[in-house]
Amino acid sequence: MNEQAAQKMQVSDEVAIQIAAMNKWYGTFHVLRDINMTVQRGERIVICGPSGSGKSTLIRCINRLEEHQAGQIVVDGTELTSDIKNIDKVRSEVGMVFQHFNLFPHLTILENCTLAPIWVRKVPKREAEETAMHFLRKVKIPEQAHKYPGQLSGGQQQRVAIARSLCMKPRIMLFDEPTSALDPEMIKEVLDTMIELAQEGMTMLCVTHEMGFAQAVANRVIFMDQGQIVEQNEPKEFFTNPKSERTKLFLSQILGH
Amino acid sequence: MTQTFIRTEMLPPEAPPARDSGAIKWLRENLFSGPLNTILTLLGLFIVYWGLSGLLPWIFGGVWNAGSLGECREIIAARTGGDGTEAACWAMVRERWHQYLFGFYPSDLYWRPTLAFGLLFVALAPVLFSQFPRKMFLLTLAYPAVAYLLLWGGSVWVPVMLILLVGAVFFIATRIGGGWGVTTFVVLLLLCFGNPLGNILWFLFRLVDALPFVAVPVAFEQSVLGFLAKIFPLFSHVHPWIHSILPWGLTPVNSDKFGGFLLAIVIGVTAISFSLPLGIILALGRQSDMFIVKSLSVGFIEFIRGVPLITLLFTASLLLQYFLPPGTNFDLILRVIILVTFFAAAYLAEVIRGGLAALPRGQYEAADALGLNYWQAQRLIIMPQALKISIPGIVSTFIGLFKDTTLVSFVGLLDPLRGVTMAVRADINWKGIYWEPYVFVGAIFFILCFSMSRYSMYLERKLKTDHR
Ligand SMILES: Nc1ncnc2c1ncn2[C@@H]1O[C@H](COP(=O)(O)OP(=O)(O)OP(=O)(O)O)[C@@H](O)[C@H]1O
Ligand SMILES: [Mg+2]
Repeated sequence: MNEQAAQKMQVSDEVAIQIAAMNKWYGTFHVLRDINMTVQRGERIVICGPSGSGKSTLIRCINRLEEHQAGQIVVDGTELTSDIKNIDKVRSEVGMVFQHFNLFPHLTILENCTLAPIWVRKVPKREAEETAMHFLRKVKIPEQAHKYPGQLSGGQQQRVAIARSLCMKPRIMLFDEPTSALDPEMIKEVLDTMIELAQEGMTMLCVTHEMGFAQAVANRVIFMDQGQIVEQNEPKEFFTNPKSERTKLFLSQILGH
Repeated sequence: MTQTFIRTEMLPPEAPPARDSGAIKWLRENLFSGPLNTILTLLGLFIVYWGLSGLLPWIFGGVWNAGSLGECREIIAARTGGDGTEAACWAMVRERWHQYLFGFYPSDLYWRPTLAFGLLFVALAPVLFSQFPRKMFLLTLAYPAVAYLLLWGGSVWVPVMLILLVGAVFFIATRIGGGWGVTTFVVLLLLCFGNPLGNILWFLFRLVDALPFVAVPVAFEQSVLGFLAKIFPLFSHVHPWIHSILPWGLTPVNSDKFGGFLLAIVIGVTAISFSLPLGIILALGRQSDMFIVKSLSVGFIEFIRGVPLITLLFTASLLLQYFLPPGTNFDLILRVIILVTFFAAAYLAEVIRGGLAALPRGQYEAADALGLNYWQAQRLIIMPQALKISIPGIVSTFIGLFKDTTLVSFVGLLDPLRGVTMAVRADINWKGIYWEPYVFVGAIFFILCFSMSRYSMYLERKLKTDHR
């Protein structure tokens, strides 16, 4: 990693996301329990943990795809309440990349990327298309702009999904297992895109089990189990010297065999 | 023993082998591939031959030149030597085709419905085929007013005012946009054309009346409603005034002159174009989180679907008049159009709900995550996909609706199948004619419905972008 990138990856003091005493239930099922975390601007956080531990639910609460029932979530200075204005504001500031891409199959790649800027940000079509092409070049698939999502490989689709989020010029990016639906050779192309993004100083929250990625760019790894944050540490310490028994067990399972 | 293999040379790509072709080969593979298949093929051919050998001579041996059914029969008897062979008497169609097409519409004004029908294709072109310029949509928007003027005649100022008002309201609503835009659009339209406050109050009074223990002072009821009725229908006061200055217009034609395919197409096309938006709104309403909206949608859908169309047609005037202030007089055709629209909309709502249910949750989530609001997400992401999935069901509903327009004969309208045929049979010359009208009308219905079906298949192919 070069000097310049390293400098960009500095974490600032400014708070991007603040979660305090947050709890969430699905019916009677207590899925997130007393979550407290602060994310500074420029931080790259990797969240991992066993299946069903509530990782997806946590990051979906941050742009209110899920509603929390207790505690506080403040994103970019806006508290998430049932006030629709706040929610729309936060959603246009926070990009999200899904496990199954969720591209819009009836629109071309370019239209996928320009839709939200045109309708939400009210950017003129011309300008939106230029921005879209810029980000498509960045994720290295400008030549696919006029194809439909169904004509692309999984890795390409996920890179389009990343470009689509970036077109909204978000200040925070959320990733929910962006590579776990992909074949091994496609994982790398998506991770490369994400690493590049991290080096440009994007604030990122990423649910992933790609430990290589965590070691390369994360400045913090959060381990969740049973709806709670069990351990968090900087990646090197986290992987070489886990403190909690649960973390040790989990790491031995995913790294072990 | 393990065999080691190392490729030293990569294979170059080759063209695929040419497929065997030829008619004989096709026949052998598809029709005579085995003993069972051969028997079935021969049996099938025999059934087709047997059916057609009876039907075709009847159709093509028909008599075109005759003045009455009796004359037809004489001609056929003379031709076959009276051996009892039957043939169609198409002379009836030749003499009465205009009634099948126009009903009792004045014959010197046939050019008006004909022109309206021609313009229908101009108006539909940009809706049905995307290669036409977008500007043509303006023609489409103006079409209802133009068609109304051509068909019913009367003052030109009615449609002109209609276009101007709807245009202005639409312009204002699009400036506002989103859910508020839609609300404003509906409210302004109602203010211009109807008497919404009066109607709502009337409806509430009706409900209260229904409770035996509350007596509403009749005088109050009448005075309030009378006052509101004077203020709100802006529209109906303006055009007579302009017309008194510039009396331009076409000869008015009354609704009871409409009949035949003119009637079927007027009802069918209007109901089809209004039932789709209404169906979409009902489908969304049914999925809504808002209790009242949801209950109203479910109630409407289940009630309308649960009652036979004929019942609705019979009770149309009763139902509509009970809920609208006294003195509201509905044209019979308009009444039928409203009910047929409701009927089709209830079915469409369920078809579209199926399409909505087939969409993965991820589509909603992606739209939300990008910050699109509810209406934007519905319009840009959800509906295009849900409607695409529902095309076969939607078109089936449309075809059903179009054929159901023949049921209007039950409320005394002159539908092509029963209404016009009865009128024809009432003529002493054609008394007793039986099969010919049904075959003729059936053939025209088939052509129209089959075109709709083909169009839907074209649309499905064109919109297929998922490359699954
Ligand atoms: N809509 C829902 N209704 C009820 N329970 C749910 C819902 N979504 C998730 N859950 C439950 O909440 C728990 C946490 O789910 P979540 O998807 O956050 O787990 P995860 O950590 O992302 O798991 P994975 O690694 O498998 O994606 C699981 O036990 C799941 O069964
Ligand atoms: Mg998950």
